[in-house]
Amino acid sequence: MSRPSRPGSNEPAPTPVGFAKGFGLTFTTMFKKVFTEQYPFDIYPTAPRYHGRHVLNRHPDGLEKCVGCELCAWACPADAIYVEGGDNTDTERYSPGERYGAVYQINYLRCIFCGLCIEACPTRSLTMSNEYELALDNRQELIYTKEQLMAPLLPGMEAPPHPMRLGDSEKDYYTVDSQAPLQKGEPQSSANEAGRPITGRAIEVGRHHG
Amino acid sequence: MSLAASDVVPGFGDQPFWLIVIKVLGVFVFLVVMTLFSIVFERKVVGRMQNRIGPNRVGPWGTLQSLADGMKLAFKEEIIPLLADKPVYFLAPLLSAVPAFLAFSVMPFGPEVSMFGHHTPLQLTDLPVGVLVVFACSSLGVYGIVLSGWASGSTYPLLGGLRSAAQMISYEVAMGLSIAGVFIWSGTMSTSQIVAGQDHRWYVTSPLIVSFCIYCIAIVGETNRAPFDLPEAESELVGGFHTEYSSFKFAMFFLAEYINMVTVSALATTLFLGGWHAPWPIHYIWAGCNSGWYPMIWFVLKVVAIIFVFVWLRGTLPRMRYDQFMHLGWKVLIPINLAWIMLIATVHVLRSRGWASWQVAVTVVIPTAAVLLIWAIAGEAKRHQNYVAAAEEEEAEARLGPAFPTPPLNLVVPKAPAVARASRARASLPRAARRASVSQQGDDDE
Repeated sequence: MSRPSRPGSNEPAPTPVGFAKGFGLTFTTMFKKVFTEQYPFDIYPTAPRYHGRHVLNRHPDGLEKCVGCELCAWACPADAIYVEGGDNTDTERYSPGERYGAVYQINYLRCIFCGLCIEACPTRSLTMSNEYELALDNRQELIYTKEQLMAPLLPGMEAPPHPMRLGDSEKDYYTVDSQAPLQKGEPQSSANEAGRPITGRAIEVGRHHG
Repeated sequence: MSLAASDVVPGFGDQPFWLIVIKVLGVFVFLVVMTLFSIVFERKVVGRMQNRIGPNRVGPWGTLQSLADGMKLAFKEEIIPLLADKPVYFLAPLLSAVPAFLAFSVMPFGPEVSMFGHHTPLQLTDLPVGVLVVFACSSLGVYGIVLSGWASGSTYPLLGGLRSAAQMISYEVAMGLSIAGVFIWSGTMSTSQIVAGQDHRWYVTSPLIVSFCIYCIAIVGETNRAPFDLPEAESELVGGFHTEYSSFKFAMFFLAEYINMVTVSALATTLFLGGWHAPWPIHYIWAGCNSGWYPMIWFVLKVVAIIFVFVWLRGTLPRMRYDQFMHLGWKVLIPINLAWIMLIATVHVLRSRGWASWQVAVTVVIPTAAVLLIWAIAGEAKRHQNYVAAAEEEEAEARLGPAFPTPPLNLVVPKAPAVARASRARASLPRAARRASVSQQGDDDE
C-alpha cells in the first residue's frame, strides 16, 4: 500500500519496509567510499575553470595587456579592484597603445570570485588562475598589488618598459598572427597552464612576502 | 517472599575491603574508558554513515580524540553567571555524575572468578532489589538536571532543564513498566539472579521481546539522545540545561550523559540479552566461554552493540516534535506495556499452577492474539475510511476551484477614498446632472 501519510501530501505512509530501507541505507553507507580529502597533505586538482586568484597577462613580447580602462573595477560587485591608468611614452612603454595600468590592486578580503571582472576585460588581460590558497594572517597582505598579480615572464618575453616588438601599431598586437601561440593552446603564462594545480608555492614571481 | 527473607544476595555479603576497592576502581575505570570510547565510536560511525571518516587527527586513527577533548575541556576557562545560585550551581553537576557512576555498581560483568585467591563474582555488589538501584540512580540524575537549570539563573537553561526532566520522567515510566515484565518472568529483582535465569535462554527470545522493544525505545528518550534529543537539540536550541556551564562542570554533565548511555545499554544486556552469557552458538563450540574472565568479553560486546544501535538511530532518524514524542511515550508505549504485563503475568501464574503450554496457549495467547488482530484490522479499516473521507472532501474542495485564495466572483470592491469623495460630490448635484454622471460612470465601467 503506498497511500500518502496525509491526504494531499506526497510523502508515503510509514511502512516496515520503508523503515528497514532507511536503516539499511545508513548501514550500507558505512562501508562505502568516504568523500573526505586529506587536504593540506593531499592536494587535488581543481576543476579546470575554477575561479582562483587573478592573473594579469602579457603579450608574447612581454608587454602588459592591461590598458588601464578600469572596466574590471566598474564591473566588480564587491568593489574589490582598484585601478589607476597611466600614459605610455615612447621612452617608457608598458603596454601597446596609449595607456597602461599604472596601479592595479585586488583586495582579496572583498573579492567574491564571481568572474565578472574577467568578462568585463576587453583585452583578456585579466584572467583567473586555479590558485585558492589565499589565507593569510593579516589584512594588508591580502590586498594584492600589480607586481603580485602580473604573470611571470616566459621564455621570449622581455620585461617592460620596452618598445612594441610585434609591430608598429597597437593593432598588430590584436591580429591573428600575434595571438597564434595562444590559439595553438600554448601556455600564456605558467599560472594558466591547464590541468596543473597552481598553489601559492608555484608562483613565486612578484611575491615580495612569504 | 524470599526477598524479605534475606537482605543479602548470596556471594556479596562477605567481601574483604581490598576487594571492594579493586572492584570500585575497576567499575570507575571501565565507565571512564567506555565514555571516551563511545564518544569516538559515535563520531566515527556517524561519520561513516555520512561518507566521512570522522576524527582522524589525534592518536592512531583518531582514537584519542575524546581524551584530547576532555583534557581541553578541563583546562578551559570557567565562567559562572552572576545570577547563579552558587551552592546549587556547584552541586548540580555532581548530582548528575555521581548517580550515573553509582548505577553501575550492580551490573554483573561476569560469573565468579578467582581474584588473588579469593572467589568472588565480577560485580561490585548486588541487592535483592538490584535493578531498582539503577532506577533510583537515574531518578537522582534528573535532580541534577532540574537543579542545574534552576541554579544557572537564566531562562534558557531553566526551560531546557524542565524539558529534560519532563522527558526523562515520562520515559522512565515506560522503561520501568517494561522491566516489570522481567521481574515477573524471572521472579527476582537482583541483577545477578536475572542473569543466572538466562543461563539457557535469553529473555529476549521469550514473550519479553515486546518489553525489550519498548525498553529500547524508552532508553533513547531516557538518555536524551537522537531522535529524542529535544531538550538539547543542538541545531535548534542553545543547549538546554547545561547552557551556562563551562569547563569541568560541563565535562561532568557530558560524562554523566555518556555513562547513562552505557548504563542503560548494560541494563538491557543484563535484563534481556543474557548478561555476560556468550551468544548462542559459541556455547557449543567452546565449552569454557561462560567461565572465568571470558564472559566480560561478551558483556562488553553486547553493550557496544547496543551503543551502536544508539548511534545508528542518530545517524538515520530526524528529530521528533515534542508533542509527537510525548504522544509516543504516554499514549503508545505505556498502554502497550501495561497490556503486555497483564499478559505476561497471566501466563506466568497459569504456568506456575501447572498448566501445560498448550493449555496456556488455548486459554490466553490465542484469544489475546485474536483480539489484537481484530483491533489492528479494525484500526486499519478505520484509518482507511478516514483517509477515503478526507480524500473525498479534498476532491470536493478541488472541484470548487483552485486551492489558493482567489476572490469570489460576486466580490464587491469598496471604493477608493478619492472615488468615494467624488461620488459624494456628485450626490450633491441636481438630479439631471447626477443621472448624466451616473450613466457616464456605468459606461466607463463597461
